[in-house]
Amino acid sequence: MAHVSLPIAPRRFGETKRTDAWWIQPAVIFLLFSTFIVYSTWAALQGNHYTYGPYLSPFYSPELFGDSAHAWFGPRPGWWPSWLLFSPAILILWAPGGFRFTCYYYRGAYYKAFWADPPNCAVGEPRSSYRGERHFPLILQNVHRFFLYFAILFLVILLRDVWDAMWFTDATGHRTFGIGVGTLVLAVNVTLLGGYTLGCHSLRHMVGGILDRIAERPVRQAVYDCSSCLNRNHMQWARLSLVMVMFADLYIRLCSLGVWTDWRLI
Amino acid sequence: MSAATFRIWRGERGDGRFEDYPTTVSEGMVVLDAVHRIQSEQANDLACRWNCKAGKCGSCSAEINGKPRLMCMTRLNELDLAKPVTIEPMRAFPHVRDLVTDVSWNFRVKQKIQPFTPCAPQAADGTWRMQQRDVDRVQEFRKCIECFLCQDVCHVLRDHNRHDSFVGPRFLVHVAALEMHPLDTADRMAELREADGIGYCNITKCCTTVCPEGIAITDNAIIPLKERVVDRFYDPLKALVRLMRRETRDERRETS
Ligand code: SF4
Ligand code: SF4
Ligand code: FES
Ligand code: FES
Repeated sequence: MAHVSLPIAPRRFGETKRTDAWWIQPAVIFLLFSTFIVYSTWAALQGNHYTYGPYLSPFYSPELFGDSAHAWFGPRPGWWPSWLLFSPAILILWAPGGFRFTCYYYRGAYYKAFWADPPNCAVGEPRSSYRGERHFPLILQNVHRFFLYFAILFLVILLRDVWDAMWFTDATGHRTFGIGVGTLVLAVNVTLLGGYTLGCHSLRHMVGGILDRIAERPVRQAVYDCSSCLNRNHMQWARLSLVMVMFADLYIRLCSLGVWTDWRLI
Repeated sequence: MSAATFRIWRGERGDGRFEDYPTTVSEGMVVLDAVHRIQSEQANDLACRWNCKAGKCGSCSAEINGKPRLMCMTRLNELDLAKPVTIEPMRAFPHVRDLVTDVSWNFRVKQKIQPFTPCAPQAADGTWRMQQRDVDRVQEFRKCIECFLCQDVCHVLRDHNRHDSFVGPRFLVHVAALEMHPLDTADRMAELREADGIGYCNITKCCTTVCPEGIAITDNAIIPLKERVVDRFYDPLKALVRLMRRETRDERRETS
């Protein structure tokens, strides 16, 4: 009989008896999230090419102050310090950013992929100390529900953007109804964001999870069931909507730069 | 019949080593069958715990190729038999011998959780009424067979040894089954936050992945409990509403 010695003791970083390629999943998530962070930061700081025709990039919506026709309150405000870089996106991106950052799915995913806590299930960790979400700073993740309130508001605004993306202005200044590929891109984007936001654990809790008796409340039951149904695939909604929101910005940016042509379907 | 090698951890009280056991296997066998064959043919003193061989007693938990699983529910055709299959005891509990660990910590933890506290009987004959819809949620949690695989894989216990301050996913499922029960009246929020240490869970979902009963531990038990803890301790708006309600109640009491 061959002997292989291995004591039952705390494992070293990355040590495991798992035989599958356990590192692929955190590596893919690391790449995906890093790509998003780099791209969204870059796009948000550009401050230009975020509109094309009736389309407004979701990174820039709502455009509170800005130079495009979508701006709610006109151009860059006078009180904005001149030395500080201005972009309509940085005024609002904290809300969807905070929403995703404190989302239960993302938390679990980035604790693994970015912090190796753990690198993957049943794989040794780099640190022995651990505070979890019990202490500062991660106890602040509990603010998630407040970001949810903003996220719901943003969802309504993005729906409105899809509506606006159906009204094209022609050469004579007339607004006509139409659908372009960009309209579809924005519509798919808001659908995926809707699937993500409405399946949020905090929302699911608020609409029904909080109750121990729901049988006699048919409306709450129906809403809770809908939210639970979306919640079952919360991870997929989270990932797909992340990719789509990035693509929607890229689409509008490349159309605005003249690299891509936006096809009018109707 | 084909050949396969099982690399089994042998030893006592944490001290030991892997030993390779080549044996023959046939179609339909599970890992526990192979262990039994090795026990009868090559290693009569190999210690392993089992009982039902049907995935229902939760005794045969071990780590197979590094993943916490029930030996009786792991079919050999799911494994790559070209390489030795490793079988180790669970790592989150004190080791006793070979594949056996001492899981008694779990039973002590359970005793500390406030038990089911039903409301007063709702019918004249001293019985209660519940709607199926209201117990659906709780029934998922009651499928638990106490195999403790979720406890074993949870890094808070496995890697960080927080056995003194974190009850682990199994008992968060247990608390969820009590807290969400339509007839239960006990309030376990303070204990969830303090003694049970729910904040230590960082929702990495490893427990859900290994549960042989398919309980959505993280999504249906832990996160909803975390949300209830937020309601009670970390939501200033809720605190305000609670305060106002209390004041109106007091005012009403005074005027009456
Ligand atoms: S989700 Fe929480 S309880 Fe489950 S394994 Fe991860 S840290 Fe442990
Ligand atoms: S919750 Fe699942 S994994 Fe955990 S002890 Fe129960 S059956 Fe086993
Ligand atoms: S839990 Fe993911 S969005 Fe709220
Ligand atoms: S022997 Fe009962 S669960 Fe495996």
